[in-house]
Amino acid sequence: MQAKQANESALTDLPDANGHFGPYGGCFVAETLMQPLQELRIAYEQYSRDPDFQAELEADLKHFVGRPSPLYHAERWSRQLGGAQIYLKREDLNHTGAHKINNTVGQALLAKRMGKKRVIAETGAGQHGVATATVAARFGMECVVYMGAEDIKRQSVNVYRMRLLGARVESVESGSRTLKDALNEAMRDWVTNVDDTFYIIGTVAGPHPYPVMVRDFQTVIGREAREQVLQQTGRLPDALIACVGGGSNAIGLFYPFLEDKDVAIYGVEAGGDGIETGRHAAPLCAGRPGVLHGNRTYLMEDTDGQIIETHSVSAGLDYPGVGPEHAWLKDCGRVRYVSVTDKQALEAFHELTRTEGIMPALESSHALAYAKQLAPTLDKDRILVVNLSGRGDKDINTVAALEGIRI
Amino acid sequence: MSRIAAQFESLRERGRKALIPYITAGDPHPEVTVPLMHALVEAGADILELGVPFSDPMADGPVIQAACERALKHHVSLTRVIDMVRAFRERDQYTPVVLMGYLNPIEVMGYETFAQTAREAGVDGVLTVDLPPEESHDLVHCLKAQKLDPIFLCAPNSDADRIRQMSELGGGFLYYVSFKGVTGANRLDVQSVRDKLAQIRAETDMPVGVGFGIRDAASAASIAAFSDAVVVGSALVKRIADLAERPDQIVARAPEIIAEMRKAIDQATVARAS
Repeated sequence: MQAKQANESALTDLPDANGHFGPYGGCFVAETLMQPLQELRIAYEQYSRDPDFQAELEADLKHFVGRPSPLYHAERWSRQLGGAQIYLKREDLNHTGAHKINNTVGQALLAKRMGKKRVIAETGAGQHGVATATVAARFGMECVVYMGAEDIKRQSVNVYRMRLLGARVESVESGSRTLKDALNEAMRDWVTNVDDTFYIIGTVAGPHPYPVMVRDFQTVIGREAREQVLQQTGRLPDALIACVGGGSNAIGLFYPFLEDKDVAIYGVEAGGDGIETGRHAAPLCAGRPGVLHGNRTYLMEDTDGQIIETHSVSAGLDYPGVGPEHAWLKDCGRVRYVSVTDKQALEAFHELTRTEGIMPALESSHALAYAKQLAPTLDKDRILVVNLSGRGDKDINTVAALEGIRI
Repeated sequence: MSRIAAQFESLRERGRKALIPYITAGDPHPEVTVPLMHALVEAGADILELGVPFSDPMADGPVIQAACERALKHHVSLTRVIDMVRAFRERDQYTPVVLMGYLNPIEVMGYETFAQTAREAGVDGVLTVDLPPEESHDLVHCLKAQKLDPIFLCAPNSDADRIRQMSELGGGFLYYVSFKGVTGANRLDVQSVRDKLAQIRAETDMPVGVGFGIRDAASAASIAAFSDAVVVGSALVKRIADLAERPDQIVARAPEIIAEMRKAIDQATVARAS
C-alpha cells in the first residue's frame, strides 16, 4: 500500500532535477545550448516563485488573454449523441483563439525579466506563431517565427496575421518542410544568437526546462476546469479528453487531475489516413522511443532511426514527436492514448459547428471525434470534459479545399 | 593506447599538427565514400571524421544539411556507415576514424550493439553532437568497454567545470567549437579561439582540436598555430556538393582543399620552429 502511494505521488512530482520523466525527457542538445538552458532554468526557478512575476502573469491572463475561459455544457450535442454529458473547456475563446497564448505570455514575461530583446519561435498551424508574435508586439520585442514551407501554404491566414503583428516569418525549405523542420531551424537560430535571444517553444517538448515550464504555464486550463466542473456539477468528471500533437493543451488539462484516480484520461493523436496506412502522426500509438529536439520520447522513425514524415489534416498535430511527460504517462498507464482519423476529425468539426454553433480547430476536432465515440457508450449522468483547444477559423480554407469549394 | 592517442603522440614527436577532414558518409553517393577517405589520407589527413547522415541535423548549417539529404536518398544508415569503415580498414589500418552524428540512430541500434559493431569494423572514436556530458554516461560506458574514444564538443560558453567533466568522460581529443552557431557559418574569430584554448588547456591535458568555420588554407594555418588539430567540414563538403553532378571527379578533386591546408599548416609550423 505504501509502495502504491509512493508510486502515485510520483505522477505529479516529475520531472527530476535534470528534466527526466522516467527514461524520457532530459537535455539532448549541442554543447553551446547547455549554458543558455541552464540560465533559463535558473531564471524560471527564481521567477516561478516570485510573487511579483506571478501577479503580473495572473493579471495578463485575466485582462489580456481573457481568462478564465468558460466551461460550456454542450447540451444539444450531448443529447444528440445519447450518452454522457459533454463539457467543453473553451480555450478557443482566448485572445488569438487558442490555448497557445497561456504559454507565450508566461515565456515573454520571463524573457523580459531576463533582458532578452529578441524572441524566436517555431510554428506548425501558426497558432503558436501568432501567439508569440502577439506577445512580442505587446512587449516591443523583435520576433522571428520559423514555419515549414508546406505549412505556410496551408495556413496563409495565420502567416499574414503574424506579419501584421510585426513578426518576420521565415519559410523553412529543408527536410519535410513542416513543423519538425521549423523546430530544427529555430534551434539553429538560437545556437547562433544565444546571447540576446529567447526561444519561446510552443509545446511541452524540447530540452529541459521547456517541458516542465510550458506545462506549468498551461495547467491554468486544468485548474480552472477542475474548479468549474465542481461548481457546475458538484463532482469531478468521469473522463478528460484532449488532442495530442506536442501535447501542451493536453498536459495543461490533465495535470491537475492526475492524482484523481477515478477520472479517466484520454489523449487523442492524429490518425491521419489510419494507423494501418502508416500515414499518420501518432507516435504514442504507433511509434518507438528515441531522441529528437532535445528530449527522449516516442517518435515516428524508421528502422535506421531517421525521423519519418508524418501526415495529418491538422498542421498543429503534424509532428513526429510528443512531449516526454506524455511518453511517461503512457508507459505508466495513467493516460490512455488513442487516435482518430482525418475523416473522423472532420466529421466532428462539422457536427460541433452545426449542433452547437462553435467552430473548433481541426486539432481540437480530434478530441471531439473521440468524445463522439466515447459518449454514447456511457450513461447520461456521466461527465466528459473535452479541451476545445482552439477555434477553427484558421482552418476554413483547408476544410473548403477538402470539399472542393474555392473561397 | 587508442589509435587516436597514438596518432596524436606520433604527430607531436614529428612536430606536426593534425588535420581532420569531415565528410558525410554516402554523400553524394555511397560508392564515393571509401575511395574518398583514402584520397583524403593521401592529401594529408591525419584523422578522418565520417558523418552519419541524420534526417534532422539541428547543429548543422545548410551545407551539411544538404549532404545528409543527398546521402539519405541512398538510405545510408548507421549500419552502412560502419560497413564503409570496415571496407576502409582493408587498405588502411593506421588512420583513425571518428564517427560523427546525432544520437537517435545509435539509440535505435542499441548502445552495446553499436559499440561492439563499430569497434569490430575499425572505428576509433564517436562524437555525438546532441549528447552533452550530463546525458552521456550510458553511452560512454558502452564505448569505453569497447575501447572506443567518446569525443566531446566544447563550446565558447562551456565553463571550467564542464571542460573538466568532458576531460574525465572523453577520450582521444576534445573538439572545440570555435563559435556559437551552426557548422559552416562565417564567424571565426582567431583571437577569441586562442584565448579560449588557453582556458581549456588549464583544465585538460587532452589534445584539443578546433572546428566550425575553418574554410581555407589561411584560416587552417592560423588555428593550427595554437591548437593540436584542425577540423574541416563544410568547406570540404561544399567542394563535394559542387562536384555532385560529376561524381567521377570527386575523389580526385575534392581533396585538393585538404592538400592546400596541409601545406599551409606544415609551412607555418616549420616557420615557427625555425
